[in-house]
Amino acid sequence: MQKFERLDGLVAPMDRANVDTDAIIPKQFLKAIGRTGFGAHLFDAWRFKDPGEPGMDLTRRVPNPDFVLNAPRYVGAQVLVARANFGCGSSREHAPWALLEYGFRVVLAESFADIFFNNCFKNGLLAADLPAELIDRILQGVATQVGYRLVVDLPSQSVILPSGETCGFEIEPVRKRSLLNGLDEIGVTLENVDAIGAFEVAHRASQPWLFA
Amino acid sequence: MSAQTLYDKLWSSHLVREDADGSALLYIDRHLVHEVTSPQAFDGLRLHGRKPRRIDSILAVADHNVPTTDRSGGIVDPISRLQVDTLDANCEAYGITEFRMNDPRQGIVHVIGPEQGATLPGMTVVCGDSHTSTHGAFACLAQGIGTSEVEHVLATQCLVAKKSRAMRVRVEGELGRGLSAKDIALAVIGQIGTAGGTGFAIEFAGSAVRALSMEGRMTLCNMSIEAGARAGMVAVDDTTIDYLRGRPFAPKGEMWSRAVAHWRTLVSDPQARFDREVHIEAASIEPQVTWGTSPEMVAPVSARVPDPAAISDPAKREALERALAYMGLTPGVAITELEVDKVFIGSCTNSRIEDLRAAAAVIRGRQVSARVKLALVVPGSGPVKQQAEREGLDRLFQAAGFEWREPGCSMCLAMNDDRLMPQERCASTSNRNFEGRQGAGGRTHLVSPAMAAAAAIAGHFVDIRGEL
Ligand code: SF4
Repeated sequence: MQKFERLDGLVAPMDRANVDTDAIIPKQFLKAIGRTGFGAHLFDAWRFKDPGEPGMDLTRRVPNPDFVLNAPRYVGAQVLVARANFGCGSSREHAPWALLEYGFRVVLAESFADIFFNNCFKNGLLAADLPAELIDRILQGVATQVGYRLVVDLPSQSVILPSGETCGFEIEPVRKRSLLNGLDEIGVTLENVDAIGAFEVAHRASQPWLFA
Repeated sequence: MSAQTLYDKLWSSHLVREDADGSALLYIDRHLVHEVTSPQAFDGLRLHGRKPRRIDSILAVADHNVPTTDRSGGIVDPISRLQVDTLDANCEAYGITEFRMNDPRQGIVHVIGPEQGATLPGMTVVCGDSHTSTHGAFACLAQGIGTSEVEHVLATQCLVAKKSRAMRVRVEGELGRGLSAKDIALAVIGQIGTAGGTGFAIEFAGSAVRALSMEGRMTLCNMSIEAGARAGMVAVDDTTIDYLRGRPFAPKGEMWSRAVAHWRTLVSDPQARFDREVHIEAASIEPQVTWGTSPEMVAPVSARVPDPAAISDPAKREALERALAYMGLTPGVAITELEVDKVFIGSCTNSRIEDLRAAAAVIRGRQVSARVKLALVVPGSGPVKQQAEREGLDRLFQAAGFEWREPGCSMCLAMNDDRLMPQERCASTSNRNFEGRQGAGGRTHLVSPAMAAAAAIAGHFVDIRGEL
């Protein structure tokens, strides 16, 4: 997994609530069996006017000029700022894969859906929720100021606004540790292999019908 | 010991370890696998030289990509075919039990688990699919996971988790005629919102829930993810046990009796405390129809399309305007005036035998309206399809003008050829009305099977209470 420590990045706005994972990466791209190739189709139905299909020649696509990420000022953005319940719906991990491959390293939102939130951290994408009032101010700043950037600092768990104002965010200690170190979570869990084995033996003794 | 909720019991009986900060390793009893979210997980295993820890805990099926038309000749779409072939190859390589596309037991993963008795009370169940919450109907702790977690569970038989808060949704009293679990589910979401259950495990309780069949309870738990809750559950009672008796994967003989004795304990203690309680009177629930692009955008069938002008919060007003524009709706129009182009009866929410019976009962020898271009019935599994055919439902549907298909996810997410064209309006028994969910530009209205069937006949939404 990619490490994350600190980022000074251009911000792009996604000023709507309930952005679902079907919107982030539409179903037709889920037929792939690899982990790559999704960034090209991030927000496909919103980003392009022609219907998107896997394996398309991107140079022939028809971009939707009204879609926010197509505005030249947001090209190269690494921080996405969104409203409530971002990432709701399907469990597809293709959503964080697409966001990362497109170039985002951080998503800040009023709130996140559980499964998406979890999936972000498995891939080195930092997701943090901020108070609605702060999201509001950031979105206003982004709208009025071309080149609006944020510094996101994981060790101190803070977001630094262009004004210099610093705002803290919460993150579970385990998630922070794995992001900072780019840990292989399975490897960490397997350090408990004896405890898992012991649990299994006791579990089988009490509920043998759970084991074939 | 203090009084425990059902969720407390399921959680604590699967804890391998729990750290001081609340991060826990939860042991997983049943791992359901499908073709879309597993290939990268199997690749990850191989990349690290790891193997699945407990093959006997895994049951796999191809459901999302499979065609619902004749498939004896295999899948035509090469990309879909590769994904299904990849699942077959992975299952074969590790000796995992898989119901392949043409296996008579094949079907939607959340239909086949319970149907085969592979989902049992007291289990922790995971699947790389958000609607895994369905299995909670059996007093399981069942939740959807991402692909990295699929790999993690394969390799370790554990999930890294943190305990959720507990919510109880009590639905008391009797549902009106023609109402079903789907209407309860949509009414609950309408009340608490699509993020109302975020961070919670929901237990559905109350006399109206107790009165539901297992099929109905599955419908209800299925949609807890649409309320934001990763897990939904219902306590064990006779209905649960009667459903499971004799299922192929369920315990037999003396083991069955031992299991049942344990399952009887899988209820919340009377004094157990919940972090949040929601109460709904069943009698107040009308048939529900979603009008927007999020399941919380729902209304009783007797209502009208809402008017953004009546909303003061600018962000909410804008969201509503956007939804109405996408859905092609005018404020103030009666829901019953909305005409439908397609009708879909299927999905892991509503494709079980009881759902098909409820839809068939509405049809009663009538014809699908001439304005409806396509009305599809897609049974949730091979056994559901066979049962329906034994009851003659297939002939009834076909005589009315419905198409009768092979089992799979189908137009719930339109990964195969079953989909909406831009701007087509659909009455659908599935669970998500997101933009483009059933096909780019398609307009989905979520309803119960009876409501979908009635819309197919009338060509527009109708209040089925006047029909029955
Ligand atoms: S029927 Fe729909 S919601 Fe259910 S598993 Fe299939 S795609 Fe997902």
